Amino acid sequence: MSAIDPRAELAARLGLAAVPEPRFASPADVRERLAAEDYLSDDAIASVAYLADRLAKPVLVEGPAGTGKTALAQAVAAAAGARLIRLQCYEGLDESKALYEWNYRKQLLRIQAGRPDGGATESWDRIEEDIFSREFLLTRPLLEAISAREPVVLLIDEVDRVEMETEALLLEILSEYQVSIPELGTVTAQQIPMVFLTSNNTRELSEALKRRCLYLYVGYPDVTRERDIILARVPGISEQLAQQIAEVVRSLRQLDLKKAPSVSETLDWARTLVLLGRSEIGADDTVATLHILLKYQSDIERAAKELRGRESGA
Amino acid sequence: MLDVLADFIGELRSTGIPVSTTEHLDAVRALGVIDLGVRRDLHDALAATLVKNGDHLPAFDTAFEVFFALRDEEVEPPSDAASPPPSPPGAGSESGEGRGSGAGGSSSLSAEEIAEMLYRALRDGDASGLRRGASAAVARYAGMEPGRPVGGTYYLYRTLRHLDLESLERRLVGEHESGEDALRARVARDEARARIERLKREVERVIRERLVDDRGAATLAKSVRRPLPEDIDVMHANREELAQLERALRPLSRKLATRLARRRRRRHRGPVDLRRTVRGSLSTGGVPLDLRFKPPRPAKPEIMVVADVSGSVASFARFTLHLVHAISTQFSKVRSFVFVDGLDEVTAFFEGVDDPLEAVTRINAEADVVAFDGHSDYGRALGDFYARFARDVTRRTTILILGDGRNNYHPSRADVIGALRARARAVYWLNPEPTSYWNSGDSIIAEYAPYCDRVVECRTLRQLEAFVGTLE
Repeated sequence: MSAIDPRAELAARLGLAAVPEPRFASPADVRERLAAEDYLSDDAIASVAYLADRLAKPVLVEGPAGTGKTALAQAVAAAAGARLIRLQCYEGLDESKALYEWNYRKQLLRIQAGRPDGGATESWDRIEEDIFSREFLLTRPLLEAISAREPVVLLIDEVDRVEMETEALLLEILSEYQVSIPELGTVTAQQIPMVFLTSNNTRELSEALKRRCLYLYVGYPDVTRERDIILARVPGISEQLAQQIAEVVRSLRQLDLKKAPSVSETLDWARTLVLLGRSEIGADDTVATLHILLKYQSDIERAAKELRGRESGA
Repeated sequence: MLDVLADFIGELRSTGIPVSTTEHLDAVRALGVIDLGVRRDLHDALAATLVKNGDHLPAFDTAFEVFFALRDEEVEPPSDAASPPPSPPGAGSESGEGRGSGAGGSSSLSAEEIAEMLYRALRDGDASGLRRGASAAVARYAGMEPGRPVGGTYYLYRTLRHLDLESLERRLVGEHESGEDALRARVARDEARARIERLKREVERVIRERLVDDRGAATLAKSVRRPLPEDIDVMHANREELAQLERALRPLSRKLATRLARRRRRRHRGPVDLRRTVRGSLSTGGVPLDLRFKPPRPAKPEIMVVADVSGSVASFARFTLHLVHAISTQFSKVRSFVFVDGLDEVTAFFEGVDDPLEAVTRINAEADVVAFDGHSDYGRALGDFYARFARDVTRRTTILILGDGRNNYHPSRADVIGALRARARAVYWLNPEPTSYWNSGDSIIAEYAPYCDRVVECRTLRQLEAFVGTLE
């Protein structure tokens, strides 16, 4: 195996004085520290977060909605003691919202302020130099993450919502950790930020983007992990009830529904049952509260039929 | 290790997973920072660096299991795998079976013992017990013959048949069941199924390991390679593959709809909206830096699908109908017709149904498509279509004809398509057969081709998606 340390390599390229300390010692360490933030990871999640740090590469997190993709970035930021900078993507997002924007109003003011009360008009060159300086630059999340001096975690949320062309904006940051501003030059990172991109998979992301990222697929958790998540997130719930909830949700996910219940919906359901003072659940309770788990009427009807009727089975 | 990695990546590429050189380098780097002794970490590191699509993960896992098979530490009973005498080359599987169970049986455990062991392991969720049990079961029942170029499906089948999974499942359910509550029973059953599923995977894994020992990773990988869902040949898919296709279709149609919607919105930008532009310019001192546009008024196409649903191409027709209706919001109107030798409009089946799949299932049962002898007759069906629906075909209508063009030697009446095309915006023919089979036997696709705007080979979801993406 080659002896290159990707972090050292990147630090040298960015011209950092020292190679930043790795944030995590091992996948197990990631797991423990995320658990301390009430985020229950599994092997794959912990490994990828560890690799992202060690290889200094962004992570593309994909999976169904509500499985904790965004929460992962938040938990990693909290565990690493870093500031979370979030860029919410949407259709029509452009560089003035994502990277930086010149403060036109301020620039106009500056030009007009230089002109009045006769006197010697300033030379245009000076004005130009002045109005294209950092002072007139509005930093947007991406530039902010790059120019931050303290450790940051950058979360680019729902990246699949931007157009194919806009993705290209991200590429320079993702691979070089720098932003080029034509009037000002190149801003390179002052530290190595951890970057998470999330996607709900509504469209295929470009090859160029995928190539620059590590890939993590976060699916629905298995029963044991879901139970632990419920126990960690819902105060005052008994282990037995959590187990039952996780099992019922698994059964629901196996039905052919339009929208399977997500982890966050499971948690809502668990909270409701605790509020209702239930210590265990039966078919009637479940059917009565199905609307918390399922969001389509047809799904609710179908699940109700499946759960209470049909003693068939074995 | 690096050589194994290179071979492994070669295997992934032959499966159809695109792995670039950059990703290969990333994988090498990742190997440098993980503990290579932990198989799980190795798996996650390679998955994260090499696979960039959730749908490809199952294929990756299969290849990984073959290339980085777990070498069992203690679980191997002393006599198996290596010891059975090599079979005579011509030995059929039947004769192999009897001898196979004898060969493994020498390693002490009786059928009851194995069953009991598996039951305990499953009940207690004991992973190593499950491994031991699976191993013993394979030794006893699979009757593996060294040197045979197989992927192990048959061994799996043979082992599982002897294990009597149904009664195992019943025992597991019985353990949990409290009886009265339907929900409880259902949950218990699902739990039992999940455990049985775990057992199946374990048995499969044991079989693969032994096959790897026998024939080496690279050769075995070739036999167990499975196509990615989007590359499955729709016409020849088996039941499991069809289920995979169903699952792949939903996200695919969603993606496709997003893409079509976006393209339409972007393509036709409306005229400049003066009022909003001026309003926007106020914040920049009256200089209109950003132009604002009026929203576009999209002209959506109208689609008519005419599908052959006779036995040979039925599944292809189902998928296409499903897909087209799933994205029907992207068209101003979708009408569907199915035929064998008679034709029936089935648009109503899709109305007010949430899930196109339901409608597709109903079509198979209820549509009135057999007028004569139940063999495809394109000429007759098309003539029928022309007579009854041609007046609804306008310059905004795109007609999709789905079928293999195998006309059972009936007259083609290709001129009907010519007449349709004169009225329609475009006529496309989607053929689920590989191009090389066209015009062989009773396929008369060449007679229709001159009248169509395009005849497209459409064997896989990938091709179907690519085609539908071009509709406008």
